[in-house]
Amino acid sequence: MTATAVPATGTDRRGARRSGGSVEAGKAFNRLAATCLTLFALIWLVPFLWALVTSLRPDDEIAQHPMRPWSNNWNIDAYRSAWESSPLGWWYVNSFIISTLTVVFTVIVCSMAAFALVHLGFRGKVAVFGLILAGLMLPTEALVLPQFMEFRALHLLGTYWAMVLPAVALPVAVFVFHAFIKGIPIALIEAARLDGASWWRIYSVVVMPLCRPAMSAVAILTFITSWNAFLWPLLVLTHVKTQTIPVGLSGLIGGAAIQYAETMASCVLGILPLLAVFLLLQRQIAQGVANTGIK
Amino acid sequence: MTTSALAAPATGAGTELRAAGGRAPKGENRAGWLFATPFLVLYVLFLIGPVLIGIVISLFNTTTVTSGLGSWVGFSNYADVLSSGDFWASMWHSVLFTLLTTPLLVLLPLLFAVLASRMIRHQWFFRLAFFAPYVVPSSAVCLIFAFMYTPQTGLVTNVFGWLGLTAPNFLGSTSGAWFAVVLLTLWWTFGFNFILYTAAIQDISEEVYEAASIDGAGPWQQIRSITVPLLRPTMSLVLILQVLASLKVFDQIYILLAGGPNYSTRPVIEYIYDTGFTSYRGGYAAAATMVYFVILVAVSAGWILVRNRRAAAAARGETSR
Repeated sequence: MTATAVPATGTDRRGARRSGGSVEAGKAFNRLAATCLTLFALIWLVPFLWALVTSLRPDDEIAQHPMRPWSNNWNIDAYRSAWESSPLGWWYVNSFIISTLTVVFTVIVCSMAAFALVHLGFRGKVAVFGLILAGLMLPTEALVLPQFMEFRALHLLGTYWAMVLPAVALPVAVFVFHAFIKGIPIALIEAARLDGASWWRIYSVVVMPLCRPAMSAVAILTFITSWNAFLWPLLVLTHVKTQTIPVGLSGLIGGAAIQYAETMASCVLGILPLLAVFLLLQRQIAQGVANTGIK
Repeated sequence: MTTSALAAPATGAGTELRAAGGRAPKGENRAGWLFATPFLVLYVLFLIGPVLIGIVISLFNTTTVTSGLGSWVGFSNYADVLSSGDFWASMWHSVLFTLLTTPLLVLLPLLFAVLASRMIRHQWFFRLAFFAPYVVPSSAVCLIFAFMYTPQTGLVTNVFGWLGLTAPNFLGSTSGAWFAVVLLTLWWTFGFNFILYTAAIQDISEEVYEAASIDGAGPWQQIRSITVPLLRPTMSLVLILQVLASLKVFDQIYILLAGGPNYSTRPVIEYIYDTGFTSYRGGYAAAATMVYFVILVAVSAGWILVRNRRAAAAARGETSR
């Protein structure tokens, strides 16, 4: 909670200053706005709370009083049975490995390409730049069928690689790094160059440490996208134990419709890891999404 | 656009080191390619590759069950796709979903971001409430909403009752299904656009507002004549991102409704999925993929053209002034 309290201070003065002008009207307006906003924000939290409350109530009580938001018999049995009835542990492990590998490779590969585009004059650079720019328009999600054929031909179906490889060459990430690296003072690079540092050294020792905001933006975006990917892992990861959390959870729908508590418990468990990360890094995540989205 | 963006980095580092004549030294040329190669290899293999494979497969009667291309059929897959009522129905469902979600997801987040930016305290709370759903996997969202849409006992069904309305059959009727999936999408993705707007609002200079409030502009006037006009580029960006995202809808409709009832909400991607992976008509599904691909690329290319023309017009307007 400490982390989340910090960002508010930066905007304090801004909000206060903006409510100048006709003071009375401004105050009334702000009060109305605050009420509306708070109401909607609370409504937005309802599905989370409803899933949480349901997961902690016994099934027969839910059937009898479906709309009651409290329980006479709070318990975590549903979590125990959810954990036992589906391989949630495996799904966590798979999701975690796939997302982490994707993030690491994306950050390295895309920042290297961006570094070359900013600081290295090589023949064909204009063409490469144009190619990557055109890549921004490629709707990759629409191409799952030919992509599936390709990975079958490569005998990579069902592996982590099938999940990681197609996600790494991310044009947006190159442009985020490109914009950031361009802002690094050239004098730094020239000084390193005069000291006889190799390009690799300049990239890894001078440029990358300065790129931390871009790195975190790209890492966050890639991690969320990879963690929540659905269609591609649905096609590629066919064994229950190799699945990721989103695909595994989707198998529960329409299954046992009466076991509300257990289904909601699985949901809560599925939501938890990324939500926990989000609560810890709220500010950075919002900033990262804004950075990558706007590019 | 490409060249203007490139002009800066090209002159970047080592202008001093570079030999006269503007050509990159040999070492730098090699280093450049070495740095760009990992990206380019993956890019060509897994982004361009599927496009080419899709084009090739669409010209054969490939089946998805066995490997191998099958036999050459020319453009007959395309003829089949373009004359298929099911394909156009699914295309219409994706478009309808876009028409239903885009206005809501472009305008509502704008309204709330503008209001939230005026709040003195608790901005973190609004960001948390609105953006948290975005990090939830689609299947978890669908499970929770399916539970809330349950007839008689579901939360949303009961809310309709409290408001004196009769809840539609959310998962069993077409109109109810559209309502269900649009509401779910609104809840799930609202935060992304909200964050984009919030970031853009924070970039607006304080002084503009100070000047306006010294001139006696009230809050509504400030929003109408400062915030919204300055946010127009962001609105245009959010609009195109939203249109593209909505046209690519799959997860919610597939998980929550399986395209039902009776295929009446099935979007294009699910149609491709069904024909390619359930009926194993690989060549046909590849042709459908390519038609859909061309439409999506045309939408983004159209947006870029319009934006560039506007930018050019604006630039001309400035110089003539």
